[in-house]
Amino acid sequence: MHWKETDSILSPGTYYFSGNEAVAEGAIAAGCRYYGGYPITPSSEIMERISVRFGEVNGVFMQMEDEIGSICSMIGAVWAGAKAMTATSGPGFSLMQEAIGYAAITETPLVIIDIQRAGPGTGQSTKVASGDLMQAKWGSHGDYQIIALSPWSVQEMYDLTIEAFNLAEHYRVPVFLMGEEAVGHLRERIDVSATVRICDRRKEPGAPPFGTEADDGVPPMPAFGEGERLLVTGSTHNEFGIRKTDDPVTHSKLVTRINNKILKNREEIIQADAYYLDDAKVVILAYGFTARSALFAVDRLRRDGKEVGLLRLKTMWPFPDHIIREIGGSVKKVFVPEMNRGQIIGEVMKYAGSEVIAYNQTDGEIIHPHRIMEEVRKLV
Amino acid sequence: MARDLENYMRPDVKSTPFCPGCGHGILMNTILRAIDELHLNMNDMLFVSGIGCAAWIPSPHFNADTLHTLHGRAIAFATGAKMFNPKLTTMVISGDGDLTSIGGNHLIHAARRNTDLTVICANNMIYGMTGGQVASTSPVGSITSTTTEGNIYRPFDLCKLVLAAGASYVARYSVTQPLSLVNAIKKALNVHGFAFIEVLSPCPTQFGRRNQYDSPAEMLKMLSEMCISKEEAEQLSREELRGRIITGEFSDDGI
Repeated sequence: MHWKETDSILSPGTYYFSGNEAVAEGAIAAGCRYYGGYPITPSSEIMERISVRFGEVNGVFMQMEDEIGSICSMIGAVWAGAKAMTATSGPGFSLMQEAIGYAAITETPLVIIDIQRAGPGTGQSTKVASGDLMQAKWGSHGDYQIIALSPWSVQEMYDLTIEAFNLAEHYRVPVFLMGEEAVGHLRERIDVSATVRICDRRKEPGAPPFGTEADDGVPPMPAFGEGERLLVTGSTHNEFGIRKTDDPVTHSKLVTRINNKILKNREEIIQADAYYLDDAKVVILAYGFTARSALFAVDRLRRDGKEVGLLRLKTMWPFPDHIIREIGGSVKKVFVPEMNRGQIIGEVMKYAGSEVIAYNQTDGEIIHPHRIMEEVRKLV
Repeated sequence: MARDLENYMRPDVKSTPFCPGCGHGILMNTILRAIDELHLNMNDMLFVSGIGCAAWIPSPHFNADTLHTLHGRAIAFATGAKMFNPKLTTMVISGDGDLTSIGGNHLIHAARRNTDLTVICANNMIYGMTGGQVASTSPVGSITSTTTEGNIYRPFDLCKLVLAAGASYVARYSVTQPLSLVNAIKKALNVHGFAFIEVLSPCPTQFGRRNQYDSPAEMLKMLSEMCISKEEAEQLSREELRGRIITGEFSDDGI
């Protein structure tokens, strides 16, 4: 099996970390030993901590010339056998998009931390937003799937970074941790357990590294230097990596499988937390930092006897359409507060079947719990 | 290609995709000959290439680990692989547009870091695969599909550029100088640091036919006549050097 329990690198106990520091520690715990990065606010503390801590764990840290170099060097390192990560924010995430598509078609496991800031453009580089969620899904050209996770606490910056590595390795896919400035710079206590469950790359010498019998399979992944004489290419390729750029069957098979391997396994991948949903008439659907405000608001509203619930998405992509369908069938209204002009609400509207109400805030500030309480009171 | 080098090719490769008269076949031969003469084990070698005709020299032909990457990014991919596993003898083979225009930033930074890579830049002075557009290496006056009246901008002197950025080994040869080229590739592979070889490789299909070269043979002949050694160049005036290509080794710090 390629799953194993390993001893935590940090001694078990309680730590007081910023979200960005917790990401660096989570990555090291998950086995990350290559980091290619470029400075960008508000993510740079991740790279700074990695640059120090990699000296202690024999990791390879490269500060590259730009974000394109960062992600491309990561892909090279991953094929040389590394688990690799980079961290960035909007402008850098934009520059990485072409290589994300390359990683998708070559089935290269990568972990990218996007500490979202207020865009578009340079925007407000020190201010919070959740404006990159659709970019995470659709940023590169062509048809592909990725996995995106949304942490709401420093504890989850640690835990979900480990989870991101495990998902990336298990499905051979780029995985994004869609943090927001607020959680990147938040300081909280976190618990580090004695052992960490990690997924290692599955090896099967001689097996085709780019195809499976099943149309949703994940092939084993060899590394350079193992004598496999690999052919890795971002062009359409058959199961052995041989370029087939004018063969319709090969292209269709490849693109179908790299989509199916995520979509058909989405119920296994997706995580969401439900609060007070059993009798709720109005459900708040929230994610990331906004979900913290939403939970506070829901707790207060419940004290006032309001039949309000919260669905908190931890997995943004693949989208949990089955959960939204279920909730949409039983509640009257779904309230979707977002730190953007309305991104995830479009997905909710596709599947909910009930009335969906938006609350959008793009002023570089977090959505205050009292704003959510005020808005939801109007609905119940 | 000489039969004794066939062992270095993937067993199912029967032909190359290059146009008649393309210089890349000669370059392919010189690279494999250098590897053969150094007795390198293909299991320890990684070939990284970008996008374009030259990127197809190693991928899929060479029987070793090959990484065919994004346009312009071969050196960045190679940097990650080499830094994570220094045992991989890592060679980047790509074209002038790929390595020095879209990928120019990665080139100068890898040279600055003196990363232990051998970079072979096949310079055909034009964008071949996309239909013959002007490149950052096209001579002034070149007729291309985007400079039908002649290119007005000066080309890069790639060797000076990479040398100034800090590379350990820098050389330029033409495919009309195959023995010098084999020796240069052998030296580059032995350098502990960034080694860069600019290889002039004619493109009769896109460059030659637009610039009054009647045949591939004539293009090779002209290229051969244009190339002079560094030592010969030192004897010539600026005026006399116009239109000539200076070949030789420009730095061998790492040897």
